[in-house]
Amino acid sequence: MQYAISILLSGVSLGGQYALIAIGYTMVYGILRLINFAHGDVFMVAGLMMVYLSAALPLAAALPLVLLLTVLLGFLIERAAYKPLRTAPRMSVMISAIGVSYLLQNLATYATGGLPQMYPEIPGLSATVTIAGVSIKWATIVTPFLVVILVVALTQLIHHTKTGMAMRAVAKDFETAQLMGIRLNAVISVTFVIGSFLAGVGSCLYFTNYQSVVPLSGALPGLRAFVAAVFGGIGSIPGAVVGAFIIGLSESIIKGSDWSVFSDAFTFALLIVILVVKPTGLFGEKVTDKV
Amino acid sequence: MKRETKSSAWMVLLGAAVLLVLVTALENTLDPTSNIMLFTALKKGAVYALVAVSMNLLNGFTGLFSLGQAGFMLLGAYTYAILTIPVESREAVYYIYNGCAINFSLPELLGGGPVGLVLGVVLALILGGCVAAAVAWLIGLPVLRLKSDYLAIATLGFGEIIRAIFQWDKLGPVTNGANALKSFPTFSTFNIPGGLRLSTFMAFLLAGVCIAVIVLLINSTYGRAFKAIRDDEVAAEAMGIHLAKHKRLAFCISSFFAGVGGGMFAMFANQAQAKNFTTAMTYEILLIVVIGGIGSVSGSCIAAFLYVAASEWWLRFLDTETVLSNGFKVPFLRTGFRMVVFSIIIMIVVLFFRRGIMGDKEITDLLRPRRKEGRAK
Amino acid sequence: MSGNLLKIENVTMQFGGVVAVDNLNLEVNKGEIVALIGPNGAGKTTAFNVVTGVYQPTNGAVWFQGEKIIENHPQGKMKAMYKGQHAGEYSQVLAPTPDKVTRLGMARTFQNIRLWKSQTVFDNVLIAKHCRTTSNVFSAAFRLNRKEEAEQRADVETLLETVGLADVKDEPATSLPYGKQRRLEIARALAAEPQLLLLDEPAAGMNPQETDELTAFIGEIRDRFQLTIFLIEHHMNLVMDISERIYVLDFGELIAKGTPAEIQNNKRVIDAYLGVSEDA
Repeated sequence: MQYAISILLSGVSLGGQYALIAIGYTMVYGILRLINFAHGDVFMVAGLMMVYLSAALPLAAALPLVLLLTVLLGFLIERAAYKPLRTAPRMSVMISAIGVSYLLQNLATYATGGLPQMYPEIPGLSATVTIAGVSIKWATIVTPFLVVILVVALTQLIHHTKTGMAMRAVAKDFETAQLMGIRLNAVISVTFVIGSFLAGVGSCLYFTNYQSVVPLSGALPGLRAFVAAVFGGIGSIPGAVVGAFIIGLSESIIKGSDWSVFSDAFTFALLIVILVVKPTGLFGEKVTDKV
Repeated sequence: MKRETKSSAWMVLLGAAVLLVLVTALENTLDPTSNIMLFTALKKGAVYALVAVSMNLLNGFTGLFSLGQAGFMLLGAYTYAILTIPVESREAVYYIYNGCAINFSLPELLGGGPVGLVLGVVLALILGGCVAAAVAWLIGLPVLRLKSDYLAIATLGFGEIIRAIFQWDKLGPVTNGANALKSFPTFSTFNIPGGLRLSTFMAFLLAGVCIAVIVLLINSTYGRAFKAIRDDEVAAEAMGIHLAKHKRLAFCISSFFAGVGGGMFAMFANQAQAKNFTTAMTYEILLIVVIGGIGSVSGSCIAAFLYVAASEWWLRFLDTETVLSNGFKVPFLRTGFRMVVFSIIIMIVVLFFRRGIMGDKEITDLLRPRRKEGRAK
Repeated sequence: MSGNLLKIENVTMQFGGVVAVDNLNLEVNKGEIVALIGPNGAGKTTAFNVVTGVYQPTNGAVWFQGEKIIENHPQGKMKAMYKGQHAGEYSQVLAPTPDKVTRLGMARTFQNIRLWKSQTVFDNVLIAKHCRTTSNVFSAAFRLNRKEEAEQRADVETLLETVGLADVKDEPATSLPYGKQRRLEIARALAAEPQLLLLDEPAAGMNPQETDELTAFIGEIRDRFQLTIFLIEHHMNLVMDISERIYVLDFGELIAKGTPAEIQNNKRVIDAYLGVSEDA
């Protein structure tokens, strides 16, 4: 029983963390039709920045600064690596994304010397509590609630603000939106800013649980979050969140069983089954929710 | 026109022969221990050239964006290793699992000695390719229906699944679990003791033959059909090209050569271990294809050697801290800086030289107009 | 077997709730030039796409050379939604892919030219020959099919000669002027060795002079290759000049058929094109 609870809790919190990354994937895909391979690495860099900044600054200053820098990073990546390729074939943009991912990973290796970096303790998140005999970190409990709050805020933004309307228009039809006077570049930047911000928040929660950051830390969570986004129906925010919780839970269950080697294999198998059976994912058809 | 293609074919063949002789001469005149980087770059370059060309066949010539190359290389590498480890070494290699479930070795079955070695190695490489192609056929049934980036992510996923399966403990007696397979014949095995050193020659010969076959295929009626699919699927189908069949064909052939390349990678690395065949490896090969020019075989080959030489050899100095004679410590230089510089170079190519080194042209295309001018004079 | 080469039988094509082609019956006899006309959105291209296997009809069948090649009936959700006629008359499902239809002996062109852009004129035509090769991938890669390849190349040379594109054969296909690209697309379709040639608005975007040339060209190739031609067209001059029979579609329905003279005087056709005045 205790075991089941601990698996359930860690699954839910993992799912929440993936959801925060998955939203970044799904929004960018909705607008640019691009799998932003570098997104997972942005998440990793956010973790590393936290490590370095918290060593120099008090936490209260470091945390907002990390989020700000992560947002800036996402913005700069889009401007430098994707914007020049706006008219290029989709494959070129995807290769550029892979290139950025490669660059971020190598930069991280250079900065850390390839050694795992200990993630700082965040008061309130790193402390443990005992629920039904299971001791867990506050981060685990906070995650699902934080995710819900952020997602609700995001949906409000998309449905009830002018920027949100512009985003929906661009997601529907890139060229027409531009002809209607929507500032395409601004909308795309906003998308990247939101995506990176959520990835930054996700990285705080994720690394508080996992404690160490290595240059490849972002690659697998990134891929899993992407799978979650596809699973839920890429382009759909509720889809990404639901998909992420499913992926997080199943990963946590498999990791706890004898088949732990296959946890990633399972995630990908799930992806392939979904793609083949229902390529639009769980919520793919609901065009209204597309961003 | 006909005569021109023929003469360029002869030129390519002649060029390849000259290259082979040159490489052999180089290896037997230079001291291999002091020029270790050069020969590493040459051998790895040859292996990567083959894998890059096989990826180009799919991504550049058929227009299928697949990211499963590392997975197919893994299949080839393991098949090769499992079939060629000498029987007496199996106990030592598989010590965790108390010996191997498969107890024969192709070079020994084929009579041992130099003849058995050559035949066994070649046969094992071909079988490695066949295993990769067979798996590709199975995978292709569901995933080849997917379009562009979905196909990419699905094949990437398959690569990861294959890697997980090969690391599975229960398959240990065959795959040695997560541990490396070693002791099989490598490129250095082909150095005749006290005689000719043929290791680099072997790498070039094997890669060269495979690339030649791919080029022949690309210039055949099937290759033309692949290009038609790349340019316009709807038109290709309307003109009687069976899409599913041809996509599957391209996928299997590409995977076959990726498998052979994987076997050769094992020969180069002296070991085969699942954890080496990651997505990062696929990305590396993809970047080679992009740098060389999507849709250019010669571009892929040139880029493979440049890429390997740059990353393994020429940029090495960036990784070592250097203090100049006047006591000036060069900034930034320390472990990892090489890869940073390298990835910046790659980004520059991707962003500003989008067509790569060769675009979609081949070396022979570059030679042709020059000859025409010569004739006009 | 009757003299018809192509027979469209009770074909209905319904997309969701929209009936794009409603109970179409049409025959094309051997050696004929038949035109399918109608206002924009009448369902002409949809009918073409059904015949060539791009779409599966919702209900009905298509016969080619006396054999049934395509058949379908409403299934699943469509069963309840089906608005057409002849429901329940068809029970088989025959759905060949477009490439199979082409190999049976039908080749088509497209409304918006679809040439293989990176290929030369010569290669565009040569690739269309691929569906007629007998060699497998091994014999092709190792050049064991040299004889066949040489024959195909010679065929393409003559074909390009006939259609008047021999002088530009090594140019990239997309560098040709529009009229020649149209001609190349027809040449490419011919290379697939069809008995029935389907032309989807071959004169779209052409000026009167080019249209006249095309009219003559279509007649020429029909005689030379003993073809049957089925075409969609808006240029009435072209249609009236060369077609033996004309079918008229409006809102998916067949409203008239007959010789050019009959069609020109048909009231329903005139109404469909010009609209009906309210006090009429």
